[in-house]
Amino acid sequence: MDFDFTDEQALLRQSVERFVADRYGFEARRAILASGPGWSRVIWNGLAELGVTALTVPEEHGGLGGGPVETMLAMAALGEGLVVEPVLASAVIATELITASGDATAEAALLPALASGERIFAPALYERGARYDAGAPGTRARRIGAGYGLDGDKLALCGGGAADAFLVSARLDEGLALFLVEAGAPGLLVQRERGYDGTPVATLAFDDLRLAASARIGGEAGSAIRSAIDIAVAALAAEAVGVMRRAVALTADYLRTRQQFGRPIGAFQALQHACVDMFVASEEAWSAALLAAGRCRDADPTRRRKAIAAAKVTINKSARLVGQKAIQLHGGVGMTDEYAISHYFRRLTAIERQFGDADHWLKAYAQA
Amino acid sequence: MDLAYDAEDEAFRLEVRQFVERSLPDAIRRKVIAGHELDKADMAGWQRILHGRGWGAPNWPVAFGGAGWSPVRQFIFDEECAMGGAPRLLPFGLKMVGPVIMAFGSPAQQQRFLPGMMSGEDWWCQGYSEPGAGSDLASLRTRAERRGDVYVVNGQKTWTTMAQHADWMFCLVRTDASAKPQQGISFLLIDMRSKGVTVRPIRLMDGGCEVNEVFLDNVEVPLDQRVGEENKGWTYAKYLLGHERTNIAQVGLSRRAIADLKTLAGDERVDGRPLMEDPLYAARLAETEIALDILEITNLRVVCEDAKGAGKTPGPAASILKLRGTEIGQAISELAIDALGENALPFDRSRMVGEVAGNLADPAATATPVAAEYLTLRKTSIYGGSNEIQKNIIAQSVLGL
Repeated sequence: MDFDFTDEQALLRQSVERFVADRYGFEARRAILASGPGWSRVIWNGLAELGVTALTVPEEHGGLGGGPVETMLAMAALGEGLVVEPVLASAVIATELITASGDATAEAALLPALASGERIFAPALYERGARYDAGAPGTRARRIGAGYGLDGDKLALCGGGAADAFLVSARLDEGLALFLVEAGAPGLLVQRERGYDGTPVATLAFDDLRLAASARIGGEAGSAIRSAIDIAVAALAAEAVGVMRRAVALTADYLRTRQQFGRPIGAFQALQHACVDMFVASEEAWSAALLAAGRCRDADPTRRRKAIAAAKVTINKSARLVGQKAIQLHGGVGMTDEYAISHYFRRLTAIERQFGDADHWLKAYAQA
Repeated sequence: MDLAYDAEDEAFRLEVRQFVERSLPDAIRRKVIAGHELDKADMAGWQRILHGRGWGAPNWPVAFGGAGWSPVRQFIFDEECAMGGAPRLLPFGLKMVGPVIMAFGSPAQQQRFLPGMMSGEDWWCQGYSEPGAGSDLASLRTRAERRGDVYVVNGQKTWTTMAQHADWMFCLVRTDASAKPQQGISFLLIDMRSKGVTVRPIRLMDGGCEVNEVFLDNVEVPLDQRVGEENKGWTYAKYLLGHERTNIAQVGLSRRAIADLKTLAGDERVDGRPLMEDPLYAARLAETEIALDILEITNLRVVCEDAKGAGKTPGPAASILKLRGTEIGQAISELAIDALGENALPFDRSRMVGEVAGNLADPAATATPVAAEYLTLRKTSIYGGSNEIQKNIIAQSVLGL
């Protein structure tokens, strides 16, 4: 039982924190959001140089061979700066989908380019109308000769707007399957949009899309998807902690400086206690992130599922409390696009709904 | 980072579990599980049994006869004792005045007072709160005047838990009325058999009498029963408040309460099905259990930090554990009284007194303890520095407000 990080892990955290502080200040981020694609290839390359894109790729495929703890530390640091580049989508989830599939050919073919940051993949696991159930997609795949045909619609709301290929789940006659679909493939319509949190998202429509046999990621797709969602929740929890810590700090700063009735508004106990509630929630969120990172690979499936569910429920509750109170305590200026806090609030609002809302995971916990 | 206990700690857990199973008298265990009142003999008896095993003071260093356990082991010990249905060790000696005497008392005081705390022979109570000094403790008015080789103490303490059983009271008194409130306070050890000490029990809304008013009328206290320096009592009191944070959150107790609650909610039926399967109830239960899972991690973070010998100052961590620990304990008791519904209304405190006869899970027998627990747990967010005071501490120490 210990909560210490190795020297390498501490160094990783420091280097990502420094990168975010130096290159992802609020104004720099605004400029990135205002640019055409809404995210920055330059930043992405910088993250790749730091090793963030290679973090969990096995060493034999050009990665650093890290695990959930490394992911947690990097994601928390990225959360502090509201980094919109698709680390969660590509470096965490896509990497996990491929490695968890156990398809050695796909690993060798795809992971090196993910590790180097040369390619960006986003998961397309959820669909409109199925809410947070990734286990039974409506998108159908059928065999056509040696290859496949794909029909249906997908959401790629985690990093999809920045991806050059998607990992798409679909139903084959014999069960669930995963396919790698290039963004420019004929028969795929990609609608790229921005989330209210500024992240690059996409919705996908497949109309008799044809895929070669090699596009299918082998192995047991259902368990790879479950594993990827566990890993995603753990990483998202850590990102949420970074966002919340910054939101608490910004709010406490504001309470100390904003004057009304001839004193800083932080002198008023009603506001102090609201800010304390935010702080306590952010600390609980950190415990949740630690629990998720510590158990997302637990061999005992019930223990793993309960930990992931507990983490996401806690993150969601904390995110809502911290976000809403942060805006309230900032007053009118908290509503403006100009103040950073509104951006933190928007990201927290999105995080609450990514990879399962509180009700979804409460039910999962109760039934685990 | 590793969330798993190492093999030695797991072996230790097993050792404690087996000891509790073997050595805790069944009559006491049944009282604890059934929520019956424990009398002095029950609590002192368990303390004596632990002392016989060398475990009388889990949180004390070996030099003072304690078990010398790491904070992680203390946490495990508390958890196993709670799960095994052992009475809670009373904190007043072991966790409050004991560490103060170790840190600030004279060698003579250490020899005189510490052994009795460990063996369960001497019972202690805490003379802090007064009718006019609750959250604003520093405004206390009980005064001690020096006359020759004694202090003469006059005033009134209140909310004094277990004072009716106590042999000794550690007491904050004002020794300098002209100084600033915090600077004129001294820390005295008062023999409860002294002339002029009167204890009057206060009946609380759950029907129990665990707290008292203590009247001090010209009570003579020898000078050698003052701990540390005169007028430095506030410093010692603060040390005491922050010293113990390993088990402030009561995770083990809440774990057992959740387990009991699941039995209770499994027996109750709604729409012909167990209440446990009712989606609305199941969601509330899951939410509370999740909060406890997270609290356990937060608690272990603090425990591991303490294990490194980091600062033992009160700090925000103790405040968070107190806040969330009490809120979660209260939430569990709320779910329990909700589970029984209106059936918890018939209330007969006498059902909570004496030996537990018959089946532990008898619904008729659970109603009164469940209701009493809900009522009495209102206290937890009030005592030990109310939860609002804890928020003030965090606002100042962390947020700089």
